[in-house]
Amino acid sequence: MTTLTAPVRVPVSISRRYLAAGTFILLGLIDILVFGFFAHRGDARFALSLPGATPRLPVIHVPGALMSYVLGAISIGVGILRAAVDLPRWGKRLSIAVVLLCFLLSLLAWADAGNSVGPLQVIDLLQGTLTASIPLVLGALAGLLGERAGVINIAIEGQLLTGAFVAAAVASVTGGVWLGLIGGSLAGGLVGAVLAIFAIMFLVDQIIVGVVLNVIALGLTNYLYDRVMAPYANTFNAGNTFATIKIPVLGNLPIIGPIFFDANIFLYITYALILVIQIALFRTRWGLRVRAVGEHPVAADTVGIRVLWNRYRNVILGGMVAGIGGAYLTVGSVGFFTSDISSGFGYIALAAMIFGRWTPLGAVAAALLFGFSFQLQTELSILRVPVSSFILLMAPYIATIIAVAGLVGRVRPPAADGKPYVKA
Amino acid sequence: MTDQHEAEPSAEPGAATAATATADGTGAPAGGPPRGRLTGSAIIRAVTEGQTAVIVILAFFVALVIGAVLIVASDPVVLRAWASFGYAPGTALSATWTSVSAAYSALFEGSIFSPATISAAFHGGSIAAIFYPLSLTAFEATPLILTGLSVAVAFRAGMFNIGAAGQWIGGAVVATWLGYAVNLPVVLHAVVCIIGAFVGGAVIGWIVGVVKARTGAHEVILTIMLNYIMYNLLSFLLTSQNLMQAPKQTNAVAPGIASSAMLPHVGGPPPQVGVGFLIAVAAAAATAWLLSRSTLGFQFRTVGASPSAARSAGISVERVWILAFLIAGGLAGLSATTIVQGQTAPLTTTSYGTYGFDGITVALLGRARPWGVVLAGLLFGALDAGGTVMEAATGVPSDVVNVIEALIVLLVAAPPLIRLLFRLRRTGGTGPQAIASKGWSG
Repeated sequence: MTTLTAPVRVPVSISRRYLAAGTFILLGLIDILVFGFFAHRGDARFALSLPGATPRLPVIHVPGALMSYVLGAISIGVGILRAAVDLPRWGKRLSIAVVLLCFLLSLLAWADAGNSVGPLQVIDLLQGTLTASIPLVLGALAGLLGERAGVINIAIEGQLLTGAFVAAAVASVTGGVWLGLIGGSLAGGLVGAVLAIFAIMFLVDQIIVGVVLNVIALGLTNYLYDRVMAPYANTFNAGNTFATIKIPVLGNLPIIGPIFFDANIFLYITYALILVIQIALFRTRWGLRVRAVGEHPVAADTVGIRVLWNRYRNVILGGMVAGIGGAYLTVGSVGFFTSDISSGFGYIALAAMIFGRWTPLGAVAAALLFGFSFQLQTELSILRVPVSSFILLMAPYIATIIAVAGLVGRVRPPAADGKPYVKA
Repeated sequence: MTDQHEAEPSAEPGAATAATATADGTGAPAGGPPRGRLTGSAIIRAVTEGQTAVIVILAFFVALVIGAVLIVASDPVVLRAWASFGYAPGTALSATWTSVSAAYSALFEGSIFSPATISAAFHGGSIAAIFYPLSLTAFEATPLILTGLSVAVAFRAGMFNIGAAGQWIGGAVVATWLGYAVNLPVVLHAVVCIIGAFVGGAVIGWIVGVVKARTGAHEVILTIMLNYIMYNLLSFLLTSQNLMQAPKQTNAVAPGIASSAMLPHVGGPPPQVGVGFLIAVAAAAATAWLLSRSTLGFQFRTVGASPSAARSAGISVERVWILAFLIAGGLAGLSATTIVQGQTAPLTTTSYGTYGFDGITVALLGRARPWGVVLAGLLFGALDAGGTVMEAATGVPSDVVNVIEALIVLLVAAPPLIRLLFRLRRTGGTGPQAIASKGWSG
């Protein structure tokens, strides 16, 4: 997928092939035995348009148990196929996607079948997934900008939090949400700069600086919130937010429109950043240099690439991206800053980055998985599903452990990630 | 196991030399400057060259100055005084001084001692009251020392344990359950709970070690993920009537544990120095022995220094990873007992507080050395205890204390910065070297 992959194809270990197949079959059996057998009598209903929206699409009715049986059978079939045939790389990825989709659909069918509350609001679920993913995507992009250049950025959480705080304060004082966004981004960049100075100039362990910066960011924002922001909330925490922008034509499309093209500016900024960073990293000279610095700084230095400059710039740029993610948490969504508003999103973004193997698109996929599970929990609590939401909230974390433990192959960080560069 | 025994003879003499090398306080793996007697010239040299203790003191000082700036810059009285600096500079300066000194003297009186209690003792007051702030410090320090030890053990084996919070919950759940669901005689009950908490935390740590050893997954990700799993598991347990929620409760809260399982207190007015503090000190002693005197500890440190060298010396690196995380988890579990069994408040979904993350800063400040962790834990305990008093007395939010703590760690981790700030001479060695940078694949 990238130029970094080793040219020699390592023979696939037999155990991983059967491990993946076994997991697929297990998920298929859960579809059938849990969601199928224990489904309530009746249809699962999926509403494909928001209440009151035009054009109005019909609500789809599917027999809940039957749907789970079919989806389970598909999963088991894919599992057997995975074990029997050495699939190409895209085939493996597709198989994971199909099995996960089957699992989620049968979970949803089980949740909604025979429910008196109403149909499952599919659009609401997917819309929420996207917006919940914004800070995670931006945080993960921030992380991989730094790590591709060889600097580990654990301080994503601190950058989100500072960005959120400054964005809310600036927007509130000046009355301009755009100024808030810029302020939040700069604040995140400042945290990035501190990280870069300690990691690159003073050669402090990068994970340690990151963790400590997170503690400082939390303490500082809590302190200023209690001391200044909360007592003078009218001035410093007025709760300004961006308005929703509906893209003409595209925004009117059924299903796709409300999900992808009817949100505030942060979603569109996120699209742009994903695209720009993916292309810049893998299709431009700039990206080649960044990756060279992250993989083999000595070689990069030898051919005249400025290693430390690249690292400073990327870590600060990353901080600014995370700062935008932080700004989303305040001026892009609720408006107000509250204590610890980032609530661990930075750490989840870190996991998404690793889960996505240090590639922008991979990180986006992983972030969407987390965003989906957050939103799913909200939807299921609306449907009053008799499963503790805490169990559902655990799911993406367990999935991450399974992923990093080798189901999707061994993840390999940039070779010089976390290693300070000292010119010989 | 066979290669283990083969390694032992060659490991033993090495353990002895390594232990003496690390016992000299500087903790530099390359061997710090030789430790002289405390003569006048030695002290002057230590100061000018910026040795560990000096660096820590200077870092503390810088952090306090930055903290003072924060306190002043957010004090409306001071800001108003500075607005008229042109007319009345004296007022501005005195307002600044009043603001900072009020906050910091409250911080000191809340953590070390209050002069008022001494004069009160002379006039017939309670002598025990003099030690009340110190007991608060020890009380606050107890869980921090234990999570700090947890992080330190993993550090010494070359791993980063961000998961002390999750392991803490593992210990807390087991200790709480044993505390209310089992009937045992007085001392035995508490002991069973303590052992249970160790096991509960150790199991969570063990999972990390095993997954890392078997699959090579990075422990930072595993521990972060397990933290979230454990937060949610705790919420799940405490909101399910048929699991651990207190009967007839709608809040997420566990039943209170039996009085026979509570840790007794030693003297003084409440909150006294509990048995928890003694457990923390004992755990530090045991960890110190383990790391510097035992074969296992030698293997930990060898793997921490260089996994590949350890492997070629016949040490099972995977076994070390698993055992180090098992012990780290157990220590985090012990931290939970000092809260669960040391306080009357029942377990809730927020009981874990920030002990796990504070353990990281404590371990870093203590340079991952057990007695260093105890000292760092006491310093942070003092700041936490004082911060509460400061907030009550002056209205300065105690969060500023967390900033000061983190700044100390950051500055101590960067001796060149301190040397730059105070124009200290560079030494030949690296000075107080922090834990080596390894990256994800380390």
